[in-house]
Amino acid sequence: MQAWWILTRRELAGFFCSLAGYVIIAAAAFLTGLSFVILLMKLQDEPTSMPVTELFYVTAFFWLILLLAVPVITMRLFALEKFTGTFETLMTTPVSDLQVVAAKFSAAMVFYLLMWLPLLCCILILRHYTGEVSGFDGGALGCTYLGIMLLGGVFVSLGCLASALTRSQTTAAMISVGFNVSLFLVSFLAVKLPDGDWKTQVLGRLGLPDQMHDFVRGVADTRTVVLYLTLTLFFLFFTLRVVESRRWK
Amino acid sequence: MIEVENLTKRYAGHTAVDGISFTVARGEIVGLLGPNGAGKSTTLRILSGFMPGTSGSVRVAGFDVFHDSREVSRRIGYMPENNPLHLEMRVREYLKFRARLKGLGWKRSRSRVDTVMQQCELTEVGGKIIGQLSKGYRQRVGLADALVHEPELVILDEPTIGLDPHQIRSVRQLIKSLAARHTVLISTHILPEAEVTCNRMLILFQGRILAADTPEDLQRRMSSNSQIIAEIAAPPADLRACWTDMPEVEQFDVSAAEGDYYRCALTAHEGIDLRPQIFALARERGWSLRELTRSRHSLEDIYVQVTRPGEEEEA
Repeated sequence: MQAWWILTRRELAGFFCSLAGYVIIAAAAFLTGLSFVILLMKLQDEPTSMPVTELFYVTAFFWLILLLAVPVITMRLFALEKFTGTFETLMTTPVSDLQVVAAKFSAAMVFYLLMWLPLLCCILILRHYTGEVSGFDGGALGCTYLGIMLLGGVFVSLGCLASALTRSQTTAAMISVGFNVSLFLVSFLAVKLPDGDWKTQVLGRLGLPDQMHDFVRGVADTRTVVLYLTLTLFFLFFTLRVVESRRWK
Repeated sequence: MIEVENLTKRYAGHTAVDGISFTVARGEIVGLLGPNGAGKSTTLRILSGFMPGTSGSVRVAGFDVFHDSREVSRRIGYMPENNPLHLEMRVREYLKFRARLKGLGWKRSRSRVDTVMQQCELTEVGGKIIGQLSKGYRQRVGLADALVHEPELVILDEPTIGLDPHQIRSVRQLIKSLAARHTVLISTHILPEAEVTCNRMLILFQGRILAADTPEDLQRRMSSNSQIIAEIAAPPADLRACWTDMPEVEQFDVSAAEGDYYRCALTAHEGIDLRPQIFALARERGWSLRELTRSRHSLEDIYVQVTRPGEEEEA
């Protein structure tokens, strides 16, 4: 536990010691700000019954942040350490492979959630200045963040896996973007396939945009929660195996 | 402290370490000597538990490095080749992080960091960022990291590589000072380094141990056939005649040097130092002598010597 905590803190400090950490947060804040402006313009034109969280979601910046920022966060986790050689000094301390993977994942998750804080600020600003309460449902907001966290878990664990596979951060980011975009696009395939087919059903279940849409509307489906958690654990398990693989060679 | 038996490591297509066996007793400083690609780093990586060997067994302090790797890593302080460090961290912060990672409690890690910083003369740069330090200081940070949890065994892979002569001297001094409390295994491809710091040397070549001995004994074995170089101003015919008459000289070669001098390369029979005789001869004949040296054996000569057919030995 001590090792996990120390490594997590070290990883988090690594994000904030490098320019990359601030650039990611700034970029995410900029995109969130853009979606905020678009949202305000929409609201000016016509009133809507959608919750504010859903309005944010439908601007499409959400997916841009998610699909592009996560690989940049996760690319350094293992690849940088392997490149500089500190991976060797790390793995020759009395720390287990599981602790290392868990610490890197936790640190990336914390950083990822920090990246989403500007969204909360935007919503609070909106609520403060409009004085409107009905559109700002606490449940929907909680669900949105639950969705962001769960979906982030899937993408961050995928990023961990990509980073563990290589010594190059660029390659890690490219693999990660490739994985993420494929996972995102796979749901659109379901629309093209004939109804009732088993393939359509499987792909439909994997439809990340639809499920995330439910979350921002304030609907947390247990099946989706279980699916996201399972996927996260699945990718983390693979990451662990990749880290352990140096012992098989 | 270390027991290695028939250790082999194969990578796809080539064998890096080929069935080596050796032991290191508690309190020894042992040098693993060999050219680049001899299998030094691979052996040390296996000893440190970073990766397993293909076959054979490695035990450190009685624990198998593969099956009890966590027990072993508690007892080992390992500094890999090129001394990788987190360059963005400050010295004290880095050592504290490493101490905590190695399982030391909060208070203990503080006191140990202070101790190793004093031991490695890092106290005055404790607040500096590692990336801004000179290579000599970085090497000291690596050493301090290897020592911070008071390991029984310290493994250092090429600890003086890339340092200037002054820094090399101080790092060597530091390594020698470790002998009282730790067993030390260092790898190097520089013979004088092993000579100065180690009680015992293992010569590794193409993944096999070719010789294992104290530096003095290895030197003695080498010097038995060493060459004496003498530059003498004398007629070459006289020189040749003298060397032929001298029974101790096994082989000689006379060649012209700058000025009136001739360069004589002499090989003596085993165990004989020709230098006093050459000096006496020059004085007796009234020849002027401007150089008289015994050629130092480079590591390369030793490899050539130990790999000579018939003299190969397994440690």
